[in-house]
Amino acid sequence: MRGRFGRLGGLASSLLLTLFGLVLVTFFIGRVMPIDPVLAVIGDHAPEDVIARTRAAMGLDHSLPVQFAYYIRALVQGDLGTSVMTTHLVTEDIARYFPATIELATYAIILATLVGVPLGVLAAVKQGSRIDQAIRVFCLAGHSIPIFLLGLMSLLVFYATLDWAPGTGRADVAFEGMVPVHTGFLTIDALIENDWDSLYDALGHLVQPAGVLAYFSMAYIARMTRAFMIDALSGEYIITARAKGLSALRVIWRHAFGNIAVRLITILALTYAGLLEGAVVTETVFSWPGLGQYLTVSLLNADMNAVLGATLVVGLIYMMLNLLADAAYRLFDPRVK
Amino acid sequence: MKVEIDNLTISFPSPQGMRAAVRGVSLTLGAEKLGIVGESGSGKSLTARALLRLLPGSAVVRADKLNFDGIDILKASERDMRAIRGRRAGLILQDPKYALNPIMTAGAQIAEAWQNQRKASRKEAMQAAIDLLAQVQIRDPKRVAESYPHELSGGMGQRVMIAMMLAPDPELLIADEPTSALDASVQAEILRLMEDLVSRRGMGLMLISHDLPLVSHFCDRVVVMYAGQVMEELQAGELVRAKHPYTRGLLECLPSLSHPQTRLPVMSRDPAWLA
Amino acid sequence: MSGVRTAWPNLLDRDWLLTDSPGSRSQALWGQRYRLWRDFSANRLAMAGLIIVLALVAMAIAAPLLATHNPAQQELTNRLATPSAAHWLGTDELGRDVYSRLLFGARVTLGMVLAVVALVAPFGLAIGCIAGYYGGLVDKILMRTTDVVLAFPRLILALAFVAAIKPGITSGIIAIAITTWPPYARLARAETLTIRNTDYIAAVRLTGASSARIVLRHITPLCLGSLIVRVTLDMSSIILFAASLGFLGLGAQPPSPEWGTMIATARRFFLEQWWVPLMPGLAIFVASLAFNLLGDGLRDVLDPKQR
Repeated sequence: MRGRFGRLGGLASSLLLTLFGLVLVTFFIGRVMPIDPVLAVIGDHAPEDVIARTRAAMGLDHSLPVQFAYYIRALVQGDLGTSVMTTHLVTEDIARYFPATIELATYAIILATLVGVPLGVLAAVKQGSRIDQAIRVFCLAGHSIPIFLLGLMSLLVFYATLDWAPGTGRADVAFEGMVPVHTGFLTIDALIENDWDSLYDALGHLVQPAGVLAYFSMAYIARMTRAFMIDALSGEYIITARAKGLSALRVIWRHAFGNIAVRLITILALTYAGLLEGAVVTETVFSWPGLGQYLTVSLLNADMNAVLGATLVVGLIYMMLNLLADAAYRLFDPRVK
Repeated sequence: MKVEIDNLTISFPSPQGMRAAVRGVSLTLGAEKLGIVGESGSGKSLTARALLRLLPGSAVVRADKLNFDGIDILKASERDMRAIRGRRAGLILQDPKYALNPIMTAGAQIAEAWQNQRKASRKEAMQAAIDLLAQVQIRDPKRVAESYPHELSGGMGQRVMIAMMLAPDPELLIADEPTSALDASVQAEILRLMEDLVSRRGMGLMLISHDLPLVSHFCDRVVVMYAGQVMEELQAGELVRAKHPYTRGLLECLPSLSHPQTRLPVMSRDPAWLA
Repeated sequence: MSGVRTAWPNLLDRDWLLTDSPGSRSQALWGQRYRLWRDFSANRLAMAGLIIVLALVAMAIAAPLLATHNPAQQELTNRLATPSAAHWLGTDELGRDVYSRLLFGARVTLGMVLAVVALVAPFGLAIGCIAGYYGGLVDKILMRTTDVVLAFPRLILALAFVAAIKPGITSGIIAIAITTWPPYARLARAETLTIRNTDYIAAVRLTGASSARIVLRHITPLCLGSLIVRVTLDMSSIILFAASLGFLGLGAQPPSPEWGTMIATARRFFLEQWWVPLMPGLAIFVASLAFNLLGDGLRDVLDPKQR
């Protein structure tokens, strides 16, 4: 057991190192930008002495290493600065927008897993057949289609033409702000409040963006599942399992799939991290008030505190998911000891 | 129980068309110990696996007769096959390192085989697994039952494998190079254990190996295969009277302590053997 | 070397190519190439990918010849027109010919892809081979750096980077390159590690070859197969990446006919004049799919163990 925790300790130290790299890069990006952060705060036409005072107040009159130290200190205190655009603390903004992104990504990964894993298993079992070919093309298409095209077409077909799904945003105007915030996840808040109309509305708004995101990641999940399954199915222990007289279903799911489950969890964690990126584009298409949209709007307005704060937070989550993927492997696989 | 194979051909698709890996093999097997000997690629494993229909999906199997106790394997449904596999016939593979499922404990894998044909609780199955492990002469069956395959030695793993295949009390045991992956000292133990169990239960045994003397020592009859064909069939005791040049060649290439040679002869192969 | 000269007349001779006992090194080489090609061309999907990619390249090169209009020519009286004989794929929000813009957009997109690959592949290959061959501290430092970059969400890092410099094609290329090289380094390192300890490398070392020579002449060429597969498969993600930057307004800037940018500017009209953003969208899809199909087929041929 000590070995296991020792390895996790090594993992933690490499995490710290990566974290430091992340902070260093965001700091660097914040300093190399040609836009003067002082002018971004007080405007182009402020008098000289105001500029100088603001510069000092923002700690920009120090050398770069000192500035970096200040930056780290602020981060440790949980201070990401103030957003010029919203005039709120960046941490507050992130707390407000992030649940929407998490909710979207979570529904997407659930959908993608429920479709992608069985498709991958089916393709592997029927390797080389027409079904396999069809799944392959379906997945390659998912890999190839720009997510914004898929989103726009989905809106055009299901919202504008067929009127099956509601339009953009997280909720209809009539439901906007009707559910008290408990968790920030609309569907869960609606459930807590027993508000079925709001729940239905929220789910309706989720269908399209979550579906679009899901197709994108489903392709990857199915592809990896297929590769893993083909590998597992060629194992000698599969012959043993079949020689025992087990049913095909049991051989496939208990013996072959059982062997790839841990590797698959790793893939799912990485896919989930990837969804946070996919969300940036998807949220723009569906006007989804999440972190991705916050990030792009801040980017276009050169609101650097907000950009770097959001980048840092997403990077942090991304790293945690990577760590989780690694830890899952180390903790659940009996072979790693 | 009687196995009848008549004119069995197994081919695989290749870019150059179908390639036959087994060509016209015929043999029969009752409640006896039959050895099949041949070098790698001679088709001995394929022949055995064809009998349980465990070949890769791309294999094309043809035969005038491929029967297990009167059941036509070529025409049998998957359901019929499952009644044979793991109930009436077991298969032991070469290397327990790969042949055991790495993420299930040894006990769980044996219990699964035992439970497959009985209505029994998980607890009963686990107890049965421990009993079976004791039968294959494992001293600490409980601990082994709770171990994962990578925690077991090769000999131990092969005992687990044997226990698993004996769980349903089969009539035929096919052992595909069961000791090739083991240390020499363990090989004899495992073979003796297998022979003992097979004789005591009156089962048929098909022992596949590349080791001619070893097979002739443990079996009643030996079939020698080369390049997908049967070269010669012999009573085990009559090995010295083998006629076929391939069998003779195999025997002559063996090092011997009583008649040492400075240089072992090299096998020369005659294309006419494959006529 | 004399074999090279005699090879050409024989290249159409199937028996010469497929012989089991080639008479010269170049005959063996061409025979091997022919077998690879035969395996590859048997895969219909991969062939489709190859043909589309070649067609795209041809279209990009011949854009001025194939275009029916000047891609920058505005015709405000004929905005958002449906496809017609005059404008094969209709016109955009400023009355520019969409078909001609797509052709010139192919230049931008393929140019960006080429630039990224030209930056990333040699860099990643060098880092990976050096880390793998020398091992020790060099390996640790290089791979730790790689891990740090890999730990970033690619798109978001690129976005922050582009925003910090200045949105545009050049910064887009740099941003994509910065976030794309680590997998190449990892791949090259893994290959190098397996090659490094082989007997034939030991043999080369015994002949007195320098480390640099071993890496350049013996290890790098062996990494190329998997690298080519990776590059081809990556091209589609680079296309999507570039288009996403354009779509978010942070890549190529209007009036550039970059496909993602075209969608961004035409997005406002998509509920009524849906074909305007659809055309560049389809172009991105087809280009990216073609590279994926091609890469998939190449992987089957060049890298059978990953099938």
